[in-house]
Amino acid sequence: MDLIEGNLELKEIQKLEGHTDRVWGLAWNPATGVAGIPAVLASCSGDKTVRIWQQNPSGQSSGSWECKAVLEETHTRTVRSCSWSPSGKLLATASFDATTAIWEHIGNDFDCVSTLEGHENEVKSVSWNSSGTLLATCGRDKSVWIWEVQPGNEFECVSVLQGHTQDVKMAQWHPSVDVLFSCSYDNTVKVWAEDGDSDDWHCVQTIGEPNKYCTLTHLSCSL
Amino acid sequence: MVKLCMRIISLTFLNHIRDIKDPEHPYSLEELKVITEDAIEVDDKHSHVRVTFTPTVEHCSMATVIGLCLRVKLMRSLPTRYKVDIRVAPGTHATEAAVNKQLNDKERVAAALENPNLVDMVDECLAPSYD
Repeated sequence: MDLIEGNLELKEIQKLEGHTDRVWGLAWNPATGVAGIPAVLASCSGDKTVRIWQQNPSGQSSGSWECKAVLEETHTRTVRSCSWSPSGKLLATASFDATTAIWEHIGNDFDCVSTLEGHENEVKSVSWNSSGTLLATCGRDKSVWIWEVQPGNEFECVSVLQGHTQDVKMAQWHPSVDVLFSCSYDNTVKVWAEDGDSDDWHCVQTIGEPNKYCTLTHLSCSL
Repeated sequence: MVKLCMRIISLTFLNHIRDIKDPEHPYSLEELKVITEDAIEVDDKHSHVRVTFTPTVEHCSMATVIGLCLRVKLMRSLPTRYKVDIRVAPGTHATEAAVNKQLNDKERVAAALENPNLVDMVDECLAPSYD
């Protein structure tokens, strides 16, 4: 009833402090916050680190979030974006240092188990597909990369998608099918899919007119 | 009275940027008329500042560097509540829209400021000259 009547009020329950520079992105661990598992949140920052926050089980909604881990000494520049795999077991972090790091929760720590290199400059976004078998990254070098998750936390690049004529700001997978969306400084959104026969990824649609004076920085799919 | 206050605020902010050195010529932005007294518009109530600068030539390749210098100087001088928009004076640059877009792209600016070469250039322009 409150929702319909507009009686919604947002109340700040806690301010999480620790980062020493701008926080660029946040991601909730999808395997937490349900079934009695305390919610886990990752934040990434211009201070080159990623912080993992967890709600104290006894605290409930009244606060008591704590910083459980600081993922540091890996990225050498701003960490721009972070994303958990659908299983919640891996965390991907995209950085201006042109790499994407993959972290695994082992015991009480997070270890960097893989570093994806290839982009020529700043990586701006990282996204897992719904089954957690593919990872997409994009950046200022105008390209979108698709990586396949292999056994033993190995990642193999299966495609480098060219087509955008400027900075690619964000890449996001469709919530249920393996279709990838990317949006760019060139004012277009591109839709990428795999060709059934050749397993080649290509652009199946471009939305918007290239290079008209606008930038697309965010994508969101509704179900 | 309010108008006088606004004028004082504008001039105070202008003082932060008028002596910035041009990246290519040994003169200040004010001396080169890249920045004039009308360059700064302040909306103090909404914590908004707009800076308009005029590159010396239409194809000025240093336009984005000058814009970055302006942003950095104001970032270091103004209270953090201010949102700063930087633009080239309409009609004064060949790729005006592209330059304006880059200068106001938070992500691009942040990435540029992590580039040591660019930061050195900016710091050079911002350094006071004791002539």
